[in-house]
Amino acid sequence: MTPLLKPRALFIGLSLLCLLAIWLSLALGPVSLPLLDTLRAALRLLGLPIEGQGLEQAELILGQIRLPRTLLGLAVGGVLALSGVAMQGLFRNPLADPGLVGVSSGAALGAAFAIVGGALLGGVPEAIGPYLLSFCAFLGGLVVAWLVYRLGRRNGQTHVATMLLAGIALTALASSAVGLFTYLADDATLRTLTFWNLGSLNGASYSRLWPLLLVSAAVALWLPRRAKDLNALLLGESEAGHLGIDVERLKRELVFCTALGVGAAVAAAGLIGFVGLVVPHLVRLLSGPDHRTLLPASILAGASLLLLADLVARLALAPAELPIGIVTAFIGAPFFLFLLLRGRA
Amino acid sequence: MLRAENLAVRRGRKTVLEGIDLELNPGEVLGVLGPNGAGKSTLLAALCGELKPDHGQVWLDQCELSRWDGGQKAQRLAVLPQSSTLEFAFRVEEVVGLGRLPYQSGRARDDEIVMQALQAADAGHLHGRSYVALSGGERQRVHLARVLAQLWPGAVGQTLLLDEPTSALDPLHQHVTLQAIREFADRGVAVLVILHDLNLAARYCDRLLLLEGGRPHSLDSPAQVLRPEPLKAVFGLEVLVQAHPERGHPLIIAR
Repeated sequence: MTPLLKPRALFIGLSLLCLLAIWLSLALGPVSLPLLDTLRAALRLLGLPIEGQGLEQAELILGQIRLPRTLLGLAVGGVLALSGVAMQGLFRNPLADPGLVGVSSGAALGAAFAIVGGALLGGVPEAIGPYLLSFCAFLGGLVVAWLVYRLGRRNGQTHVATMLLAGIALTALASSAVGLFTYLADDATLRTLTFWNLGSLNGASYSRLWPLLLVSAAVALWLPRRAKDLNALLLGESEAGHLGIDVERLKRELVFCTALGVGAAVAAAGLIGFVGLVVPHLVRLLSGPDHRTLLPASILAGASLLLLADLVARLALAPAELPIGIVTAFIGAPFFLFLLLRGRA
Repeated sequence: MLRAENLAVRRGRKTVLEGIDLELNPGEVLGVLGPNGAGKSTLLAALCGELKPDHGQVWLDQCELSRWDGGQKAQRLAVLPQSSTLEFAFRVEEVVGLGRLPYQSGRARDDEIVMQALQAADAGHLHGRSYVALSGGERQRVHLARVLAQLWPGAVGQTLLLDEPTSALDPLHQHVTLQAIREFADRGVAVLVILHDLNLAARYCDRLLLLEGGRPHSLDSPAQVLRPEPLKAVFGLEVLVQAHPERGHPLIIAR
């Protein structure tokens, strides 16, 4: 199984795919815009001097609805894929995924706590709401990531089966707690909660976007600095230590980055599963496991995949809209089974 | 240069290693022998800092091992564990290239060293192959090449610790591997190697440490250690010892 593509070809291909996904994501929806108009309106929004005759409607839709939604999709997809790479590197197992090991559920619990708690306290000021939500989701993700990591280790080794089981248990625990919050919630809060559990890019707004963009940028800049160390970590923790890496510190960074990324993604778009599992796998199949390629390529691939999944969510039952978490699970769960069966053969 | 002073390691109430005083000399291959559970791997773990000894100290050059900076230490001390679990489809040269992580010697120089290290481990033909498609013995040689690349080309002041580097190898490659290790030592590296094959130890080691129940039974030249009495005492094995007809080193034959 040798890699098919050189990193350069991979990056060119993924960049083109990403641009195409952005274009389609801006153009298609309940009101589909002609592709060329979309392009011209988008370029005008970027400040390019293009004749604006007849583009008013396109510009309005793009600026107010499609652009924040597309940015949200890009950031969520990229940061979820990065978190998947970090988790798989941390556990040295290609089946680790923030959703499967419970980090996403922990983040959802944190988000639910912020929503319902905020409502019970009589509302949180508009200005700090999104940040409080991100912070609580991050905290929830961090606690679960740390717990799963501790539970999955015995005698200095990570037991993947234990880790996955611990993930199931913690997911169940977090879900029941989210259920409790659902029970306590009033009608308006309930709608918001349902939205978190299924995931959606709908209703994207710039205020919800900012915390996520900040966090995504931080994670996307930080993790690639550790690419070589992640490669060495795949050899084993003691081997990485013998190569001069501060393994404990690296592991703390990975848990922290994952919790931060997943927390921010969940806070902005709810629970979207399997992106962190599928994307790194696809990239590895295309160009091998070297993190120097894998990390940046996963950002591009994750962003593209999420935008395309969002297109399916928007168009499949139009004018109604599917939650995107359902779409990614429909693609991701069979893929996970395929990986399990392939590993057994 | 690696030096251990009065090392002791306990697991719970059980003492698994005790009374180890050891100095690895430049250019010397020190073999460690002993039955299963004698504490060989524990000794190696304590010597490389993976295991904190309950008593005693390990010194690398003039500084205690635990006080070394990771990268600086990695340029002086390389460790080959008994087995590695790598489940990702790296290419062989990428795995070996990980040994160059402690250095900033540049891509071209690293590629050159990777190829030389692969050839030293007789694994040059595996270049370009996927690691996960290799057999157990081939993987073992790739990891040997990795630790050789970490100290390449080998010089006085460096130390190499190997835990059963020949366990998965065919007879030819057992010798090829130990010859590569021997050549490394000849360039000044101090080598400690855990072995099970008494005849390989007799042929390639300068000194042998015989462990019994976590304590050193003897530490001496192969001719002194590989005698019927100590082998009977430690392994419970009746042996004949003769001189190798061509090379003269002890040849151990089970009775």
